[in-house]
Amino acid sequence: MSGPSPSFPESARVALANTQLRRNMGYATQTIRAKRALVVDELPDWEELRETGRAIKESVLRHLDEHLEALEQSVTRAGGQVHWARDADEANRIIAGIVSGHGATEIAKVKSITSDEIKLNEALAARGIEAIETDLAELIIQLDGDESSHFLVPAIHRNRAEIREIFLEHLDVDELSDDPRELAEAARLHLREKFLSARVGVSGANFAIAETGSVLVVESEGNGRMCTTLPPVLISLMGIEKVLPTFQDLEVFLQLLPRSSTGERMNPYTSVWTGTSEGDGPQEFHLVLLDNGRTAVLRDEIGRQTLNCIRCSACLNVCPVYSRTGGHAYNSVYPGPIGAILTPQLVGIHAAESLPYASTLCGACYEVCPVKINIPEVLVHLRGKVVRHKQAEHSGWRARLDPEAAAMAAMARVFSSRARYERAQRLARLGQAPLARRGPISHLPGGLMSGWTAMRDLKALPQRTFREWWVERDGSRADA
Amino acid sequence: MRVALFITCFNDTLFPDTGRAVVRLLERLGHEVEFPLDQTCCGQMHFNTGYQVEAIPLARRFVRTFAGYDAIVSPSGSCAAMVRDYYGRLGEIAVEEQGDTALAEQVAQVAPRVFELSELLVGQLGVEDVGAYYPHRVTYHPTCHSLRLLKVGEAPLKLLRAVRGIDLVELPEAEECCGFGGTFAIKNADTSMAMLSDKLRHVLDTRAEVCTAGDNSCLMHIGGALSRQRSGVRTVHLAEILAATEDDARV
Repeated sequence: MSGPSPSFPESARVALANTQLRRNMGYATQTIRAKRALVVDELPDWEELRETGRAIKESVLRHLDEHLEALEQSVTRAGGQVHWARDADEANRIIAGIVSGHGATEIAKVKSITSDEIKLNEALAARGIEAIETDLAELIIQLDGDESSHFLVPAIHRNRAEIREIFLEHLDVDELSDDPRELAEAARLHLREKFLSARVGVSGANFAIAETGSVLVVESEGNGRMCTTLPPVLISLMGIEKVLPTFQDLEVFLQLLPRSSTGERMNPYTSVWTGTSEGDGPQEFHLVLLDNGRTAVLRDEIGRQTLNCIRCSACLNVCPVYSRTGGHAYNSVYPGPIGAILTPQLVGIHAAESLPYASTLCGACYEVCPVKINIPEVLVHLRGKVVRHKQAEHSGWRARLDPEAAAMAAMARVFSSRARYERAQRLARLGQAPLARRGPISHLPGGLMSGWTAMRDLKALPQRTFREWWVERDGSRADA
Repeated sequence: MRVALFITCFNDTLFPDTGRAVVRLLERLGHEVEFPLDQTCCGQMHFNTGYQVEAIPLARRFVRTFAGYDAIVSPSGSCAAMVRDYYGRLGEIAVEEQGDTALAEQVAQVAPRVFELSELLVGQLGVEDVGAYYPHRVTYHPTCHSLRLLKVGEAPLKLLRAVRGIDLVELPEAEECCGFGGTFAIKNADTSMAMLSDKLRHVLDTRAEVCTAGDNSCLMHIGGALSRQRSGVRTVHLAEILAATEDDARV
């Protein structure tokens, strides 16, 4: 995530004009939303589960250092090796070093958003190592040179006719229909070879257990299990916030996660491994613990709840903004409401200042979040940081030239005194005269407000404010 | 009960009829309404846009103006939610930034007494049938802050169902945001319009002649587009429907 990326409104404008994307996104998000609602409603203790999930995460984050050290000891005891990576570069160097150390030029990868965060595939490619994505959707994206637009359903913005086109172009098949089973079979044939030839597997991690050193990957296709069991060397990359204290904590999270993410009661493939076992599975296991900005997030009392996230993507599916723009508009590995609060905290507010504003603050995300991240609260908190950042950068005359800052300052002044406020009401009524000669205002001249009248009429100001009516009525009542 | 009307700057300036309807309605139900003239703006726009420090003086002004009332009623879910749910945070910021603990204390006194109109009627005063008469086909949009911050629940629908002559029809996908979001409608005009298009489609699908809600800001957004399309559907605030009677059905 380097260099200036386009702002959310700029990218959203492009995405919104793509009618195929709008249809694909609308259909997919509505379907997952309905499935989730169904399986959440059937649990009588859902609210207690959410609260427990939140409480466990909060307590983990408070004592993160202790849990991570315990995890390191457990993993080492079980025959694994733990590596600490301060940032993306360090993590990439560690992983590339292990792969090269084994003389491998190819790795089999199970979907890992964290590896997208550190741009692992690019870093490996630069060192002559090819990363093969084995998740069906990730494969589609990779073949097409595209980028993921959803945590769980990275190709959510594509439909099966489009996927058929991509496969016909890039896979060794002559004939293919858009039947989902046939598409999956084509991908399976392509991938089986890769699983068997790869000498190093790379995975993410949904959870890691400090007490036992066990690492978990939760998926629906079985490809993850292939990646974590077939190659003789396994490397797992995880953000430091993913640690859980005990195995029993999974009781809560393995209920919360599948119901929130895919709308399933139980997750189809849950792979758990603890270090290495002789003669069974990988004989070498490396766990890479990634910070990459997370300890900075921990320092912020309001922002830190963002690290509760278990990447279920319920907030994406329910978000009225995401379900229309799709994920690419966020220009961030983490899209949707959670991306709008996570990315600015990880990369710095100045590098993603349009993201905290990519929300109406409708609160639908908070309502579905299985670990109760108050996303609207964090969005507003980050907006405050954006404004502060701008104010610090543009001190003096430049701050006064920023139209938004100027308008906010002027309005704060107007609202600070009754006399100024009432005078402003009268002036606005006079000022609108040329615009509102007859009926509603359908065109505002350029500037801040012109976006409004692109689609909406603006009601003209009435002849009398409420308070003028009140004062008049009070006067006439007093006279009577 | 000493009820103060918190009209909101938006309604005061743009929708005075809504304020008059609240006064007429509450007086008809036998309550005395007071209107503290020192009120201006609660600071929601500043707060939500990131100008939180600038909103602190407005919060101070609010708690000063409305101290001492038994209940403070507002015909705006989002402004009521600003005071009740977010003034606490402004109190914290005042401590962090300015070492001022007074605001937090005053907020703790005043904020819990702020109610959105339907909450006051159903939750506090215990009325559902307010004696209204409104012979129109109406659909109700539950605004996000009424729904998810204040959690008014069924209160507005209970009130509407008791209105005589009304033909109340359910709005499909009612709980989906209309796309207003304050400065969102300006900063993210394209996304706001995409959301609004869907909301309009659902409103038109009901074949209602009136779309109502507890917040004129969302209604101005929906109504502005209904007007632009010459759709023949208008928006009317909940208070105005509840204030209408057989003798006085002007709204």
